Amino acid sequence: MIWNSPAEFFAMGGYGLYVWGSFGVCAVAMVLEPILVGRRRNEILGSLRRERIAEELEEKEAN
Amino acid sequence: MSNRLVHWFKFASPQSFYPLAGKMIPWFWALTAVFGVAGLWLSFFVAPTDATQGEGYRIIFVHVPTSWMSMFIYLVMAAWAGLGLALNTRLSGMMASALAPTGALMAFLSLWTGAFWGKPMWGTWWVWDARLTSELILFFLYLGFIALQAAIDDPRRADRAGAILALVGVVNVPIIYFSVQWWNTLHQGASVSVNKAPAMAQTMLWGMLLMALCFWMYSIAVALMRVRAIILEREAHTEWVKDLAEVKR
Repeated sequence: MIWNSPAEFFAMGGYGLYVWGSFGVCAVAMVLEPILVGRRRNEILGSLRRERIAEELEEKEAN
Repeated sequence: MSNRLVHWFKFASPQSFYPLAGKMIPWFWALTAVFGVAGLWLSFFVAPTDATQGEGYRIIFVHVPTSWMSMFIYLVMAAWAGLGLALNTRLSGMMASALAPTGALMAFLSLWTGAFWGKPMWGTWWVWDARLTSELILFFLYLGFIALQAAIDDPRRADRAGAILALVGVVNVPIIYFSVQWWNTLHQGASVSVNKAPAMAQTMLWGMLLMALCFWMYSIAVALMRVRAIILEREAHTEWVKDLAEVKR
């Protein structure tokens, strides 16, 4: 093991800000992007469902 | 046309690609996790401290993969866009549009992690150097592609306009790649190249390759998710979309 303590691991030999600043932003981006894409999918699915319900109601009224 | 060829062309239609992509997405997420855990383990617990850059060099494990992916995604995006332009297939344009935001994100992360590496090693967040400037241009090419497509209402016309921009921009990719050889630059040379032994320890190299695979699988997974949303948006008027189980419930 190259680290003697958790504190040493987080300090990254004095480069903590730079190492964690890089890995942290990558991690945040890779969590946010799928969430945003999921939201985009839910939006279009929601509007497709509403359209479908509207069509069904129209059909009922016509009968 | 042989049957086998017809079979492959079948997947070029949004209707048959949509469920196929849906089945592939969990596998690519699983591969992302596996490569990510293995890559991070090597990056932080196995790879030794660098002789000249101390622990600061560990930024390489995200910087190199994001930089590779930013260039690779651009080439794939331009290839899909060009295919769409030549064959006028519907799915091609959707694939190009689905890849652009992920490519832009990778270019941004490459610049960001580069800045966080440059500050402690060079003493500056940014220099107008050939490598950095051409990567910044790549980021702007992605943004330009997204903005151009968003500005045109008719999606098929947006695809064609975007395709021309994407294809012209391809010239920038070899410029980024070879910039460290062509110009005198602050940026260090390639860490890995095909014609010479890698200039780093084996464990560092493996960590970097595993992280690159993780980012690669991530990009495929998220681009497939996005292309499915785009297919629904663009095919919203069709019967097959209205008949989908997820729309019916």
